Formats: sequence, C-alpha cells, structure tokens
Amino acid sequence: MPELTKAKEPFRFCTRLHLSELTGLRASTLGQLLKLIREVPGSSIYHHTHRFLQQHQYLSPEPPNDFAYWVASILGEDELGERLASIDTMQYSTIRDLREKIAFTIERYLKDVPLAKLKFARPGEEFHFIKSVSFILPTKYTAGDLREFAEVLKMITLDSIYFHIFEARLRLEKQTNDFSLWIESSLGDKRLADSISGFDPYTSTLEDLRKKIVRIIEGRISK
Amino acid sequence: MAKIEEYVPLVGQSVIDDLRTLGEHLKGRVIQHINSTPVGGGVAEILNRMVPLLVELGVDTKWDVIKGGEQFFEVTKKFHNSLHGRPEAITENDFEIFMHTSEENIRSVNTYGDIVFVHDPQPIALVRRKADNKWLWRCHVDVSNPNERVWNFLMDFIVKYDSAVFSAPSFSRKLPIRQFLISPSIDPLSAKNRELSEEEVNSVLKKYKIERDKPIITQISRFDRLKDPLGVIEVFLQVKKYTGCQLILAGGTAEDDPEGLQVLEEVKEKAKDDPDIHILLLPHSDIEVNALQRASDVIIQKSIREGFGLTVAEALWKGKPVVASNVGGIPLQIKHKYSGLLCHSVEGASFAVKQLLSSPEYARKLGENGREHIKNNYLITRHLRDYMLLFLSLYHPEDVVQL
Repeated sequence: MPELTKAKEPFRFCTRLHLSELTGLRASTLGQLLKLIREVPGSSIYHHTHRFLQQHQYLSPEPPNDFAYWVASILGEDELGERLASIDTMQYSTIRDLREKIAFTIERYLKDVPLAKLKFARPGEEFHFIKSVSFILPTKYTAGDLREFAEVLKMITLDSIYFHIFEARLRLEKQTNDFSLWIESSLGDKRLADSISGFDPYTSTLEDLRKKIVRIIEGRISK
Repeated sequence: MAKIEEYVPLVGQSVIDDLRTLGEHLKGRVIQHINSTPVGGGVAEILNRMVPLLVELGVDTKWDVIKGGEQFFEVTKKFHNSLHGRPEAITENDFEIFMHTSEENIRSVNTYGDIVFVHDPQPIALVRRKADNKWLWRCHVDVSNPNERVWNFLMDFIVKYDSAVFSAPSFSRKLPIRQFLISPSIDPLSAKNRELSEEEVNSVLKKYKIERDKPIITQISRFDRLKDPLGVIEVFLQVKKYTGCQLILAGGTAEDDPEGLQVLEEVKEKAKDDPDIHILLLPHSDIEVNALQRASDVIIQKSIREGFGLTVAEALWKGKPVVASNVGGIPLQIKHKYSGLLCHSVEGASFAVKQLLSSPEYARKLGENGREHIKNNYLITRHLRDYMLLFLSLYHPEDVVQL
C-alpha cells in the first residue's frame, strides 16, 4: 500500500443542523417577490436557494431554488422559472452576489414580459419567505490522511457533507469547499483539491455527491 | 413506549448521535411543557411520546396541565373554531370566562421551567407569570385565516413570549417576536405506523369483508365535509368506469358530532349499496388504520381544508402513492409528480388515480420517493431535533450558531 502524506492539521468533520425561522413576509406577484428578495435577510435567500438540497435528497436533478419552483408552478411563468433555475450558483461566492443575480433576472424578465406583472398567486399559494438558522456542531470524526478521510466520508451524515461543501463556501464565504481547502493547505495536493472543487455539486443529490468525492479520493490513493 | 435506540434501524445511528449531542448542550436546563389536557387530542398524543424521549436524550423535561371547567373549554373550543376561520358568535362574556379561568391558573400553576413551552391558546395567558425565564408559544392550529377579534385578543399574550412556533408557513404573520416553522411528525414505531405482517393486514380485511381481488383506493378521515367524502365517491365512480377497483372510506365514530352523522348518511346514500364501496366506521384502532393503509393501492386525501394532514405522511411512510388536495400542509409533504400527485378537483383527482392504477411502476416510484421524503423530514426524530434546536435558539439570537 503506498505511503500517504500525513496532514499538517487533521480534518475535523462538523455537521450542520438547521431550524426554519418564519419572517411573516409573503408575495403574491412577481413585483412583490422582487421587492422582498431585495429586502429580506441573506439567510432567507440562502434558505430558498438551498432548502431543496437537504429536504429533497432523493430528487435529482432538481432546481435547488424555491423561487424558480414558485414562479413556474404557481404563477405559470415557465420561462422565468427556467432562467432562475439555471442560475449557476457556483459562480457566486457570496449570498449578496447571488441575491443580486436573482433580483436582476426577475427585473429583466419583467421588462421583457410586462404582462407577467399581472399574474397573482391564489390565496394559500403565496410565496412565504423563510430564514435558515444554522447550528454548527463538531462531530467526533477526524482524518489525518486521505485514507482516513475517505473512510469517514463514507459514513458521515449527509448534513455534514452538505455543511462542508455548500454552507462553508457560500454562507461562510470561504470561496471554496472545506474538503478542497484542507486537501490543498494541509496535504499540499492542489490537483486533487481542484478536482473536487471543479465540479458543480448543485446538480447531484447529496448521496451521489458523497460517492463522487469518495471515488475521486480513492482514485488518488491508488495511484 | 419505544426507546430512542429503537429508532436507529429506521433513521441511522448518526441521526440519534446528533440528538444526543444536542441533548448535552441543553444539560442543566429544565423544559416545562404546559397544555390543557394529559390525554386525548393531537397535542397530548405527541407530548406523550416526546417527553420520555427528550428525557432519555438527557433533556430535563416536565409536563404540566392547566385546569379549566366546562365553560372554559366551551369558550376555547369556540376560539379554536374561529381561528380556523369558521364563523362563531364570540361574546364579551366568552372573553371574561377565558380570563377568569386563566387568572386562576396564573395564580396556581408553578412555572418553574428555564424554558416554559406553552401549547395552543388555552394556557396562553400564563405568560403573565413570565420572570427571567424563556417562554415559547406553540400554535398547533391553522391560523391562516383567523377571526381577527380572537386573534387580536391572543396577540396581547403572544407578543410577551420570546418565540412562537407554527406548523406551516401560511400560518405565520408579521410578529414582533421570532417565529419558527416546525411541522408535526409521525412516529414510525407507533401502532399506526409500525410494520405489519401480511397476516395482520389480512385479518383486518377479513373483519371488514374486503377481498383483495381488485385494486383498493382508500381515504382515511372522519366523516366531515371538509374531508370531502362525497367528492371521493365521485372520484371513485369516474375511475371505476375504466378500471376495476374498490373504495374504502374509513373514519372514526361520530356519535358526539351530529354533523358527522349527517355526513355519514349522505355518504351512504351516495354509495347506493355499491358493493365496491366499503364505508367503515372504525373503532379507535390505530392498527386497523395501519392495516387498511397498507392494503391499499392508492391513498386519497381529498380535503377541502386541512391543518397539516398527517394521514398523508402516514400513507407516504408506508410507501403508498397518494393523490391529495393542494391545501394546508399537504404541499409540504407532496411535491407534485415526485412524491405523489396534487389535485384541485374531482376530475383532477380521478385522472391522477387512473394514472397510478394503470402505471404501477410510476406509482411505486412516487411511493418510494414519498417514503424517503417523510423519513427525512416528518418523523418524530426530526421533531425532537427541531425542538432541541428551538430551545437552543432562545440563547442564540444569531443566524449561524457555533455550538
């Protein structure tokens, strides 16, 4: 078995549990939706662009975006739904930037299709803004090299994988995911780090994501 | 009563480990639940299961009950109905009766908890005893369209709490306190949801003289217009034109509900002795409900209004394809075409049922997705986790909390 590089610092796996906080704010039209998207806290934009990933782990591919789902299925604006669903979240490293892109997409559409302003959601089908409150807890698992890392990755909860891949990059504004960060800084393996940060995790289920990362790491170990 | 370790095979060890970790963060805090009844009703049912599990997880949890006479509970029943949007004549005297009993409870109930967790409107006024401890108000009622007079009366108390909890986003309003979304849950180890053997299922079918020679379509609900049992029969009749099938309409006894008996008569009249329609007045038997759901090929929940609609979660947990109205908490449980089919009309529902009966693979897939969705989001273990996070949120106002 080839000798593996020992990490300068072990990787400590954390997990993230969340609570949904209601804002009491709701939108019935695209105009109201746009106004509130500009005003609500960043944790609400984060909630509506990431909720699907954790709540619907078995659906794939599915737009991880409540705004897209609502404008298409409730207001019947399929084209705007498609534009919102296809926003490439990986291109944005902060919630502020992502919020700006979503707002711009709706604003632009309203200019292109002014009649869309007249669409109303029926009572009971309004868009309700919710905030995501995250609780980050360290787990008992650590890894000192790639082999240990792959073994923990196989059994850790999906909440933990979600935290290190999605929340760390966008919500904690680390620019990249925690796994790539550790592999590059503590193991010095930039190529492997890049191969993990190089794919779009938003198009996989969390379980597929786990398998994909394990496969990449095991491929690297066997070389 | 099931122990927390018994949930491991269903949800995985790591989920239970997370619960234990959260329990450690709550060490030293006393959580005191207060509601209006120790037995009967959904709140008592869930507390009966949750309190022992929280204790097992290391959270010092107590449960106290307020006192109230007949008059008081008549008034709170009126409040309940009017919060649901039903027209009720509420008089000044009703508010006086409510306050009179509330003041007695304020004097006599010891609110010793570090966190006092008050359920529903009956004990709401206890918050007047608030000292430097934390107070939570849990609203189990659909308040999306409440009687404003009753709501405004309650608001005087609600604003004194630290946080409020609702079951669906549509129940929330702008409030000056924090409010959280926590959905109800089902217990996968309870008599209503645990696995049953084929023999157990068959013995219930035998009791009600139901053969398994044709696909079974079932709606489980009390005989109430809001559950639209007549609409379900229309759906069935439209489906039956093209596909051989049978319908089970099963619900609890309705002796104490004159309107329920009337609805039951209308249902029988509409069924016109059709041998393929089984109208079952069930005794209170969770095992029988469980067996009927498991024996079904398609489950319907064609409600006109619904609080959360836990019968949908129960059916999905059993891997059944569900056709349900897009109302209340149902769309939280069913994403159309992924984990079931949502409908708005008799025609829509019968089209959906026909689709499911003629495409068993599709039906199976929807049922599988539905079960997975319930497993991830609507089991009692998630409910326990949310409650513990809620308790922690009282000491952490930030959006990202490092524990």
